Amino acid sequence: MQELINRAKELLSDGTVARVLGWRRGDLPYNPEPAYFSDEASLSEFVYNGFCGANLSKYMIEASKLEGKTLVFLKPCDSYSFKQLMKEHRVDRGKAYIVGVGCKGKLNMDRFNEMGIKNVLDVKGAELDDTCDKLIIETLTGEKTCEYKDAMLERCHVCKGKEHVVYDELIGDSADTVDADRFAEVERIEAMSPEEKFEFFRGELSKCIRCNACRNVCPACSCRKCVFDSTKFDSAQKANVDSFEEKMFHIIRAFHVAGRCTDCGECSRVCPQGIPLHLFNRKFIKDINTLYGDFTAGAGDEERTPLTSFTFDDAEPGTI
Amino acid sequence: MQRIGVFVCHCGSNIAATVDVKKVAEMALMEQGVVHAEDYQYMCSEAGQAKIAQAIAEKGLTGIVVCSCSPRMHEATFRTCAERAGINPYMVEIANIREHCSWIHKDIEEATKKAVILMRAAVAKVNLNAPLKPGESRVTKRALVIGGGIAGIQTALDIADAGYPVDIVEKTPSIGGRMSQLDKTFPTLDCSACILTPKMVEAAAHENINIYTYSEVEKVTGFVGDFTVDIRKKARSVDMDKCTGCGACQEKCPSKRTPSEFNRGLNNRTAIYTPFAQAIPNVPVIDRDACIKFKTGKCGLCSTVCAAGAIDYEQKDEIITEKYGAIVVATGFDVIKLDNYDEYAYSQSKDVITSLELERIMNAAGPTKGHLERLSDGKAPKNIVFVQCVGSRCSDNRGKSYCSKICCMYTAKHAMLIRDKYPDVNVTVFYIDVRTPGKNFDEFYRRAVEEYGVNYVKGQVGKVCPEPDGSLTVYGSDLIDNKQLKISADMVVLAAAIEPSESVRKIATMLTASIDTNNFLTEAHPKLRPVESPTAGVFLSGVCQGPKDIPETVSQAGAAAVKAIGLLAKDKLMTNPCTAKSDELLCNGCSQCANVCPYGAISYEEKQVNDHGIRETRRVAVVNNALCQGCGACTVTCPSGAMDLQGFSNRQITAEVDAICR
Repeated sequence: MQELINRAKELLSDGTVARVLGWRRGDLPYNPEPAYFSDEASLSEFVYNGFCGANLSKYMIEASKLEGKTLVFLKPCDSYSFKQLMKEHRVDRGKAYIVGVGCKGKLNMDRFNEMGIKNVLDVKGAELDDTCDKLIIETLTGEKTCEYKDAMLERCHVCKGKEHVVYDELIGDSADTVDADRFAEVERIEAMSPEEKFEFFRGELSKCIRCNACRNVCPACSCRKCVFDSTKFDSAQKANVDSFEEKMFHIIRAFHVAGRCTDCGECSRVCPQGIPLHLFNRKFIKDINTLYGDFTAGAGDEERTPLTSFTFDDAEPGTI
Repeated sequence: MQRIGVFVCHCGSNIAATVDVKKVAEMALMEQGVVHAEDYQYMCSEAGQAKIAQAIAEKGLTGIVVCSCSPRMHEATFRTCAERAGINPYMVEIANIREHCSWIHKDIEEATKKAVILMRAAVAKVNLNAPLKPGESRVTKRALVIGGGIAGIQTALDIADAGYPVDIVEKTPSIGGRMSQLDKTFPTLDCSACILTPKMVEAAAHENINIYTYSEVEKVTGFVGDFTVDIRKKARSVDMDKCTGCGACQEKCPSKRTPSEFNRGLNNRTAIYTPFAQAIPNVPVIDRDACIKFKTGKCGLCSTVCAAGAIDYEQKDEIITEKYGAIVVATGFDVIKLDNYDEYAYSQSKDVITSLELERIMNAAGPTKGHLERLSDGKAPKNIVFVQCVGSRCSDNRGKSYCSKICCMYTAKHAMLIRDKYPDVNVTVFYIDVRTPGKNFDEFYRRAVEEYGVNYVKGQVGKVCPEPDGSLTVYGSDLIDNKQLKISADMVVLAAAIEPSESVRKIATMLTASIDTNNFLTEAHPKLRPVESPTAGVFLSGVCQGPKDIPETVSQAGAAAVKAIGLLAKDKLMTNPCTAKSDELLCNGCSQCANVCPYGAISYEEKQVNDHGIRETRRVAVVNNALCQGCGACTVTCPSGAMDLQGFSNRQITAEVDAICR
């Protein structure tokens, strides 16, 4: 972490960047938050550890409009989102100085609760320099330990890889964290009957409180004005009068990000109700892979994606 | 607030017999904005149109809904009527209660209910309609004909004679097409070459015709009146200006083992070749896959013997970009592959051949110089069996469901010619039905049976077995005598089904012209617009549209030419105002719409915008109305809903769906 702070200070002082976009210590040891740092002094608040799951790429849309370059720290998976935004002309590559940071898997506080570890005061073993195989958790009731991977976010078990797809320089090592099948859960749902599927999603989506956290954090949900906020469309009004309004919102959202979602998993991470929202997107990704060949949004340089290009051997509607 | 009039048509009894039209009119008065509703026997008639004009004048209508037939039938009629009566033609909507309702339902109550729903949807849409104004676009006075067979040649000649320049693009090294492979033509038995080659020469010599052979259409952009086409002129490796067509290169070429496409692979050709002696242009091409010079770098004999110095091994493919006002597709047909028909032993015996191969065998310029002989041993056949409908009229998935139309007649021709020239040969024809509609066609078939003694057997062949002695045992059934037949033959000729040329799918996609499940191009209307594609400015000539014989092909080719000439004769065309429009305040500038646009109509501009007090420069989408065809692909791709289609806005369509679901 100190290496990141030192590098940020250098880049600020030599004038390469006008500000730093990173993570700041929160009120608790496990809830750091995205933050801008405009001078060297403020960097004392900077933090980077296993709890820095937040994907900073979307903040670069606004940062691109600011004077001067912004230093942004991107984990390997975040770099896919940034590159996808580049291809959509939403971020200005010239306004970003990208430090690709290593990642050994990001942690999910809910896992601690599930393991019965409560009243957490401090967590050790989740720094970039740590091996990240064991966590030592200091709680009100004494010290507890757990396997690092048992506390990881779902998305890290199916990690896209340790390589950054766009960066100016790299700091820190990454770890292999993949130990699960990315599409296993999608396949489990696909095997359900239509009634079972509907009940499953009704059960999950009914928890939604429409806080819009998923939409606000999603790098693909970057419209200047969301159709649900616009008076030009009837989407919001229609959803309001539906007895199952949440499905309208989430299904429309899933369609809007189809083919552009990099599966960064932020939607599920930030959902206060613990809805596995990433499953919708992953179903689209699985179908795209099946029908048009393996594709990862944000990975390549091509601007056209399978859903925005037509070829002679495209799947015909009848074959789907 | 609109003032809407609803006009319900009886269409004689077409609609009124199944739909309670009075009820539809009555229900219409309960809809939002509707101030007038009436029904009439024939809304499209002069009296019907007068009723609409009168209501517009008396009730001050601002929008019209006509509940009648398909908008493809009479939308233009009612739009013109509304315009004459003083309201914008795009304030007219059609509720299709004929094709979508009365014709497909029997129950009056149910059909009426549906007609009311369709009317409601149209009224809901008109409530949101806004007047639209069409623009104008120019017409490039030049036509493109894709395919240089008899269909393409005839179309090109007719257009050229009317005074417009025409380009023919032909993918093989010579024009002439399938007809050039035929020996004699039914029902008059004139020699195919004798009637075709003069036309080929005429096309080549015509001052208004330009022929690109060994060339393919690579890319098509633009729209009716203003297409831009990229033509790939494949490297011929022979300079067309220098070559004198002396043929010395072909005589000396040492690579002689490539199956001749023209002779259906029955003999071989050299690597440098013209497909046939009367080829136009009479300039050979080098088949680079077969040429020793291209494969090993050594040889170069053709270059040595060419007195004109025309051989150019360095020649490269050339892309020619040209503008056209009209495009005629004349891509023709091929014979189906017989992989699914192993029972006829086509792949096992050289003496089982297709009818097109028999054409080459019977032709004096063919591989056997016109002698009827078995390809296995060169002996004269004594018993020939013809099998009809191989892959045509097929009820399973092995072949084609349609009738190939030409086989009955050419088989009768083959049988007759063989019996005439070789009276000692027995000829048996197995058929499902003999179909001979056409001038002098049935008389022709009867002559084969009655004068030439061809043995016609109604029934199908189950199996052809090659025997060790070289003969072929044909097992078939005779349905009239109700018995199984076992015939020892020494030659079997299969009337294989015809199918559209393989290249048509790619061409149809480039032209956004629709094709049916059999890959035949779809016509704009099967009866009333048979030579026009539903895509404006694209016309259909010959077998690419459906199976046809030569006389039919030639008449259709002329018809397609007339339609193309009708278009080229205009100076300006009205453009469709139902084009996409981007709301710059909602646009993200993400380029997804530009990526999906098949017409290249969307570009991006850095534009100063004022978004509720925030002034900033944004990258926003801009639609070129002349290029946009209103397909709507951009509107469904746009994540923010910035892109909308005028006349078919998202809100209008949602309103229609809501009205249906109400």
